[in-house]
Amino acid sequence: MALSHKVLGRLLRGAAAAAALAFLGLFFAYPLVTILKRGLGGSVPTDVWLDGGTRQIAWFTLWQATVSTVLTLVAGLPLAWVTARLSFRGRGLVRALVVVPFVLPTVVVATAFLALLPSSLQQGVVPILLAHVFFNVAVVVRVVGGYWSRLDPRLWDAAATLGATPVQRFRRLTLPALRPALAAASALTFLFCFTSFGVVVILGGPRYATLEVDIYNLATQSFDLRAAAALSLLQLAAVAVIVVVSSILEGRAGTRIPIAGDLATARRPTRHERLALAAILGGASLLFGLPLAALVRESFATPTGVDLTFYRALWQETPTLLVPPWRAIEYSLLYATGATAIAIVVGGLATVAIAAGRRGGGWLDTIVMLPLGASAVMLGYGFVIGFDAPPLDFRDTWWIIPVVQSLVAAPFVVRILLPALRAIDPRLREAAEVLGAPPGRVVREIDFPLLLRPLGVATGLAFAISLGEFGATVFLARSDRPTLPVAIYRFLERPGATNQGTAAALCVVLMAVTALSVATADRLTARAGRL
Amino acid sequence: MRAVVAAFAALVVCASAAGAADASRASNTVVLVTHDSFAISKPVESAFERQTGLTLRVLQTGDAGEALNRALLTAGHPEGDAFFGVDNNLLSRALGGNLFVPYAPPALARVDPVYDLDRSHRLVPIDHGDVCLVYDRAWFAKHELPPPRGFEDLIRKGYAKLTVVENPATSTPGLAFMLATVAHFGPGNAPWTFWSEIRNQVLVTDSWDDAYDNRFSGSSSHKGTRPIVVSYSTDPAAEVYFAGKPLPRSPVGVVRNTCFGQVEFAGVLRGAKNPDGARKLVAFMLSQQFQAGIPLTMFVYPVREKTPLPAVFRKFALPVAHPLELSPATIAANRDAWIRTWTDAVLH
Repeated sequence: MALSHKVLGRLLRGAAAAAALAFLGLFFAYPLVTILKRGLGGSVPTDVWLDGGTRQIAWFTLWQATVSTVLTLVAGLPLAWVTARLSFRGRGLVRALVVVPFVLPTVVVATAFLALLPSSLQQGVVPILLAHVFFNVAVVVRVVGGYWSRLDPRLWDAAATLGATPVQRFRRLTLPALRPALAAASALTFLFCFTSFGVVVILGGPRYATLEVDIYNLATQSFDLRAAAALSLLQLAAVAVIVVVSSILEGRAGTRIPIAGDLATARRPTRHERLALAAILGGASLLFGLPLAALVRESFATPTGVDLTFYRALWQETPTLLVPPWRAIEYSLLYATGATAIAIVVGGLATVAIAAGRRGGGWLDTIVMLPLGASAVMLGYGFVIGFDAPPLDFRDTWWIIPVVQSLVAAPFVVRILLPALRAIDPRLREAAEVLGAPPGRVVREIDFPLLLRPLGVATGLAFAISLGEFGATVFLARSDRPTLPVAIYRFLERPGATNQGTAAALCVVLMAVTALSVATADRLTARAGRL
Repeated sequence: MRAVVAAFAALVVCASAAGAADASRASNTVVLVTHDSFAISKPVESAFERQTGLTLRVLQTGDAGEALNRALLTAGHPEGDAFFGVDNNLLSRALGGNLFVPYAPPALARVDPVYDLDRSHRLVPIDHGDVCLVYDRAWFAKHELPPPRGFEDLIRKGYAKLTVVENPATSTPGLAFMLATVAHFGPGNAPWTFWSEIRNQVLVTDSWDDAYDNRFSGSSSHKGTRPIVVSYSTDPAAEVYFAGKPLPRSPVGVVRNTCFGQVEFAGVLRGAKNPDGARKLVAFMLSQQFQAGIPLTMFVYPVREKTPLPAVFRKFALPVAHPLELSPATIAANRDAWIRTWTDAVLH
């Protein structure tokens, strides 16, 4: 009886791994290999790799990503703490709003930053680092904060009772307990900064380039596919190394802290904490509020005063877009819903398989993360030439867009679910099994309820990422079916107050849709979790 | 809050259903592959669909350079039937890539022969425009400095750190402006001497959007600080047309003897699924109706003779009579080397 359960479980996990692999094989590996083969044509591009210019770009890519990640952690951890541990009015709102910067088109954020920076800082490294922090704090707050809020706070209380100072508690308890989530958030942030494109192009200017920027210029402007393919391989290899290292860190679970379950993990702040809370929220609203407020103001400041002209323009036909701009909301929601569903299924299957793997399922973990490190333009090219003929004639189907977006969202699902799944005390499952519960029932009554909240976090973030995805979407979206970021980009490309204002109004709509969808996901899972 | 959440969830479901229903493919479609600046008004699009019984679908695949390179990548298995947006700077690359099959629509007879640069008629001219130095009128009035009158003014005292240019390696107007300096200063070292002299005076951006929207002080966003930018000769009309209120005078002006002429072409893609539809589309793009719509949708000029210009163009953006020029063969032979020389002179 027990044996057959074990065999069944192993079979199911094998099937989960196979399904996730098949999806990634068809929609990631196949197009990427196709374009790399076309670019390299069988030659080994050692000349490109050893080139002095390549080395310079690779070095810049690496160090700016490292510094950006450290700065993002420093800026994000205090916010993660207050949203996870303190209960205050508007906590849900803060948790939802923090995701907003993450989905905004890089063009828009870069522009908002330019308006706020002194003119001596308008091109260079400092604005790049600042913008990276602005974008990625969401990752730290959601991934670390989400994990944090599930840890049993009574341990901290016990430590305090036993005389541990706040610093001791942080170093000996908080840091080790959060290690898996910290590793996951750092890896995601690092990958985003390592492959950063729009921010570097605008805020760095032509003198700074990441590998991703160079690949883009080589592939689309110089049409040097060989060099582009060579650098893509280099970037992928670097990303693979990063992922392997971070998943080792993440898998080496530090202190296992009991999960709080239904227990309320946030409490009213003490007097000291209230001061800290005010300082943290105040600082955050400066860093995040100012650029966002500038955008909102721009959407209402029309040439004739302060009114809704630019919002009314969303319903009007315009030569800038082939459809009235509001339709972009519809397509954005359609694609993001599809992409989220795919990402949850694929990411969920992969998580189950990885968690069950004997050595942490490291190889599958690496493969799932690779799409984050692949050059968007090369993957786009791969789709265009790989899916151009039957039986794989997909390149102008509508569902190819959610599929592409899900490739970027699925790694987040895995990074959020995996630490949560691993944190479930195996003794709970063993106890259930000993008491005679079949595997299905163990999953249903132990794993699933405990994973519901992380699943909500993952859903909200996956939806937000899909809403904001630009690089691959603009590559494949038909002109009469723009998403919000694509529509914003089209308006920004034309001169004149009406076009710029409509772009700002669309940004505000994107911000609202994002905050609403994240809040909805949080609400639904919080409620279901209480059942 | 609960009601908002429920309403939002319902909206997502409805939008998904609507989008999915809409996504079913129409038969008898002609697909135009083009760059991001392409635009067509609804009435003109409907006229095409009525006249031919075809459904027009547009696929925008990046800026002019990106769109052409993607077409080269898919040569023989094109993503559509017709292509619009090859310009004279990229003409030789497009023809060398064997992307198009010959087709000369009857209306070509009504086009000024100076634009008809491909005698094999694999590509036919559709519109023309100019890349020029554009300046912020208010800024120069306020600082009591005369606006620049030519390239040489950029080196003069008082004009330091006023100009934004685009990188010719990554931007079509950037490339055109670099070519303008070559056409103006002549072959040899003169253009590069000019560029070395202004290298610390100009701000270089990778794209036109960044230059015009973020760095130039004269655009409607008022975000930038520099009053001279490399942009298009029709900007004075566009700024008035999109101002959102009547303007007696355009906020921006054009330095007319810095203009470099650009002609844009369309052609029938080799391997098109609907070659007949593609020919009809190319022919339609030279029709009176489409040509008359070009100024207010794409902000360039029609090539068909005697096409009336809209009032805002007649008042603020008349075509440049004698723009600077280089032959497509000269550009093809030197483009890549010039871009390298420029990069060394300006960025390194």
